[in-house]
Amino acid sequence: MSDWIVVCAEDEIELEDVIRFDHGGRTFAVYRSMEGEVFATDGLCTHEQVHLADGLVMDDTIECPKHNGRFNYKTGAALRSPVCEALTTYPARVRAGRIEVQIGG
Amino acid sequence: MTEISAAEAPHYPRDYSLTGPEARHAIELGLASAEWYHSDVPRKTMKELMRRSDGPAIRDTALWIGLLILTAAGGIAFWGSWWAVPFFAVYGVLYGSACDSRWHECGHGTAFRTDWMNDVVYHIASFMVMRNPVSWRWSHARHHTDTIIVGRDPEIALMRPPDLILSAAHFIGIPDVFLHFRILARNAFGTVSDEERDYIPEAEIPKAIFWARIHMGVYAAAMIWALVSWSLLPLVLIGGPRIYGTWHMVLCGLLQHGGLAEDVLDHRLNSRTVYMNPVSRWLYWNMNYHVEHHMFPMVPYHALPRLHEMIKHDLPPPNTSFLDGYREMVGGLIRQVREPGYYVRKDLPPTAQPYREEFHAVDLARA
Repeated sequence: MSDWIVVCAEDEIELEDVIRFDHGGRTFAVYRSMEGEVFATDGLCTHEQVHLADGLVMDDTIECPKHNGRFNYKTGAALRSPVCEALTTYPARVRAGRIEVQIGG
Repeated sequence: MTEISAAEAPHYPRDYSLTGPEARHAIELGLASAEWYHSDVPRKTMKELMRRSDGPAIRDTALWIGLLILTAAGGIAFWGSWWAVPFFAVYGVLYGSACDSRWHECGHGTAFRTDWMNDVVYHIASFMVMRNPVSWRWSHARHHTDTIIVGRDPEIALMRPPDLILSAAHFIGIPDVFLHFRILARNAFGTVSDEERDYIPEAEIPKAIFWARIHMGVYAAAMIWALVSWSLLPLVLIGGPRIYGTWHMVLCGLLQHGGLAEDVLDHRLNSRTVYMNPVSRWLYWNMNYHVEHHMFPMVPYHALPRLHEMIKHDLPPPNTSFLDGYREMVGGLIRQVREPGYYVRKDLPPTAQPYREEFHAVDLARA
């Protein structure tokens, strides 16, 4: 099992919002839901190489800022064209006021 | 970005197909799926602008459908007399022009917050504008990825050198109505061209064929109705407005990119914002803020005026009216007939970030 990596303080992400997190040459999107739960996915849309962190979080979905494709950021499922391929998701948690993700090798 | 030598200047007329040498060239130059310039907007502000709601689009759609029904009823009631003409003049524009903006906004999924509402209006508007709802969704995604990149963008309306007579004929739906009808018919028979396959994923092709069959089925029913009743009325109501009512869509649409740069990665160089009267803005759902729309396509139509106010310091001055926009565009197009490499390049205000040279090195090298 890989290590948990600190992303930021919990309050650095607003409720129902997302930030970009770069680590180890890869880019991720880290979300905070309206209920304060945290989630993490790959950072780039599976349709084009666009950063999802510039997109819009609505309920359980993240909308790509370029073509308005949508994913469920909790499951990674592709919900609206032009995205067809699901996002990879990663475990995320809050520990001592900090958001951590487990992004593996 | 690959540097281009003047020796690589394109030959005119250019090959605008998606499967020819220009398509390969665009990819080699790094123009496909590239990074575009964006004005700076704080994240918090952008979230406010992107926020979705059903209210404005429900209000506008109820008004649109209500006016369609009223004007159609008036036209039918006075059919056979000259009194039908004003009713159909309005009905035609509501059908044959307003359909384009509804198709566009609902295709982006930004008009309504509730997605099934976007889908319902998208399909109705796709039928009205005679576009296959599946293939045009993908075509428009490509248009946003590779805006006015020759060989990549399937939605370039004005090619160089421009054919001014053909462009004028678009105001009465010629030849695009017949072209679109032929494409729908071809799709309905199960044939999808190589160009379409360039931007539609294989898994979506059966859906494109299905919807083409639905559209053709409705047109066939309208034609049978016209034959059985021996009246043109069914075709004046269904399909016909795409000819006699399409002028406003073309009036607005040609301004979007006409006469501006090709093969650049800065929407301020290839898109145009034009101030318009409130009726045109309602019909067009604020797509007159076209630079803003291309820079930030996730902002709903009703928030574009606010976005414009926030970033106009970073954009070329907008055209102040249809007349101002057409004067600029037509002047550019006439010059492109003789000099196809020419494009209208607007000065930026002192408050703007400069055009990023590496983003438009290609057109500079070709100029």
